[in-house]
Amino acid sequence: MGTTRLRIYKDVREKKIKIKRNHKTNGINGSPVSIFLLTAPYITLFFVFIALPVFISAILSLTYFNAIQFPSFVGLRNYVSMFSVDRDFMQYVVPETLTFAIIVGPGGYLLSFIIAWMLAQLPKTIRTILALIVYTPSLAGGVLIGVIWKSLFSGDQWGYLNAFLMNFGIIDAPILWLTNPQYLLGITIFVALWSSFGIGFLSILSSLCNLDPELYEAAHIDGIKNRFQETIYVTIPQMRGSMYFAAIMSITNAMSAGTLAITLSGSNPTPQKSAQTILAHMNDYAFIRNELGYASAMSVVLLLFVLLFSKIANLLFGNRD
Amino acid sequence: MAAFQVIQLNPKKFQASQIKFLIFLLPICAVMILPIIYIVCQAFKPLDELFYFPPRIFVYNPTFANFSELFRLARITGLPWLRYLLNSLLITILYVLCTLFLTVTTGYAFSKKEFKVKKIFFTVNQLALMFVAIAVQIPTYLIVSALGLIDNFLVHIIPSLAVPVYLFLMKQNIDEVPKEILESAKLDGANDLQIILKFIVPLVKPTIATISILAFQSIWNSGGASTIYLNSENLKTLPYYLGLLSSQAGIQATGVSAASSLILFLPNLIIFIVMQSKVMNTMARSGIK
Repeated sequence: MGTTRLRIYKDVREKKIKIKRNHKTNGINGSPVSIFLLTAPYITLFFVFIALPVFISAILSLTYFNAIQFPSFVGLRNYVSMFSVDRDFMQYVVPETLTFAIIVGPGGYLLSFIIAWMLAQLPKTIRTILALIVYTPSLAGGVLIGVIWKSLFSGDQWGYLNAFLMNFGIIDAPILWLTNPQYLLGITIFVALWSSFGIGFLSILSSLCNLDPELYEAAHIDGIKNRFQETIYVTIPQMRGSMYFAAIMSITNAMSAGTLAITLSGSNPTPQKSAQTILAHMNDYAFIRNELGYASAMSVVLLLFVLLFSKIANLLFGNRD
Repeated sequence: MAAFQVIQLNPKKFQASQIKFLIFLLPICAVMILPIIYIVCQAFKPLDELFYFPPRIFVYNPTFANFSELFRLARITGLPWLRYLLNSLLITILYVLCTLFLTVTTGYAFSKKEFKVKKIFFTVNQLALMFVAIAVQIPTYLIVSALGLIDNFLVHIIPSLAVPVYLFLMKQNIDEVPKEILESAKLDGANDLQIILKFIVPLVKPTIATISILAFQSIWNSGGASTIYLNSENLKTLPYYLGLLSSQAGIQATGVSAASSLILFLPNLIIFIVMQSKVMNTMARSGIK
């Protein structure tokens, strides 16, 4: 890598003379045709599979649609019934989604920062090994997560947690962890956090390792008195971009993990609607009850929710110029 | 009171002052890694150890029994597992190559060229970093079927090709390539394709490696398209198939599903370990400006 870069730089130095001799140049912009050819494939795919689905969701959310007949326009009825007729929505879905999303999103984000901050203060070899360990669970796809945690939290005596607790005499009979609504939300949050240290975490960690040490000396002379002040006034402002990127990644991941409780408990709706996030509720209406218009209204609410969170992240870490 | 010492980021060697971090980090790492160790061991446990009470994390007499049971199930069900494996490999390779092509060409244009909608589109792309694909399954299904992609092999690849995060990372890293290099190449008569192949690609190798890994991870593990869009058995993929087998395994179910998920997980982990320094290099420039 280093040698390639050097060689190319050298080439440029030699060719720069040529640039001076040659006067006519419109940079590397080239013709509009080349720009079109370069960008059209991505932009097309972007519009067809990202922008258009969001747009169609918004349209469908204003209709009654059962997947068989053509959608019929019903105005805002879906949104109104979400907050009135659908008792589960206000009673379970909203609180469970908020609890889940806030602990896994901002909570996991804070944890990512703390872990990365500590890792950055360790020598390279130890840091790499520990960072790899922390990152590994996020490599496990949904299937693997299900296989691992279902057997660790299995409700019979072979479930690892049950056996462990029984062995130490803390409980006398196995507990049905994954079908007991009392525990399901907590377990789901734990598992989601476990697998949440993904590229956002890597982004924070590598930014921390590349910060300018001289600034810290300067801040020290300017009267920074403790680690906390140092973090708030020196560290975070330098890596605002990474903090913002990681914040968006963590809230998006938290919302995408909404079906985890279904994987763990094996049923939708989950037992007594515990850990029934908006995504799970949406799947229930879309694929089991075939109320696609209503489900679309929920997907719009979900996307708005993510948007709200990233606006907050933007206020905290966005460009203030 | 001890004088305040400035933070030592990226220290060269181990010091006693670092022990407090290890005290905090080691238990966390244990929680992170034990479930993974457990599932690896589970895959190699013989039947008696799978049902040993109290259950143990580690395996004492490792065997390949679960893997051979997996192959036996594959034989008796008559499903061509080799076909699924080939499908998965083909899809993964195609997907990674297409993703790289898209991100490099688009990232290059967004980074180095000037055109009218550039700024707006990059803002839209940045907004789409928070896109939750799973939330819009319904319209995506409608679009896929309108395009005639149902039960078509390409459905594994096309709908998930545009990933805002990859374009974002690529563009941020191409921004670091000095424009003068490319301008001089242009003056020497290089066209865009040559510039990309001769200058951009060698200079953003770590980013290319990173995006390959991220793309690999997302496609290799996903069995979603197989269940949602495909009917023909011979178009489906390994994750789908392994999920199916695990559900059919009888008494050995835990061991067999551990074995099959390990087959899926290991390539991910190995590739990441090999490439991790390049990933860290790329992520250092992931900040949103």
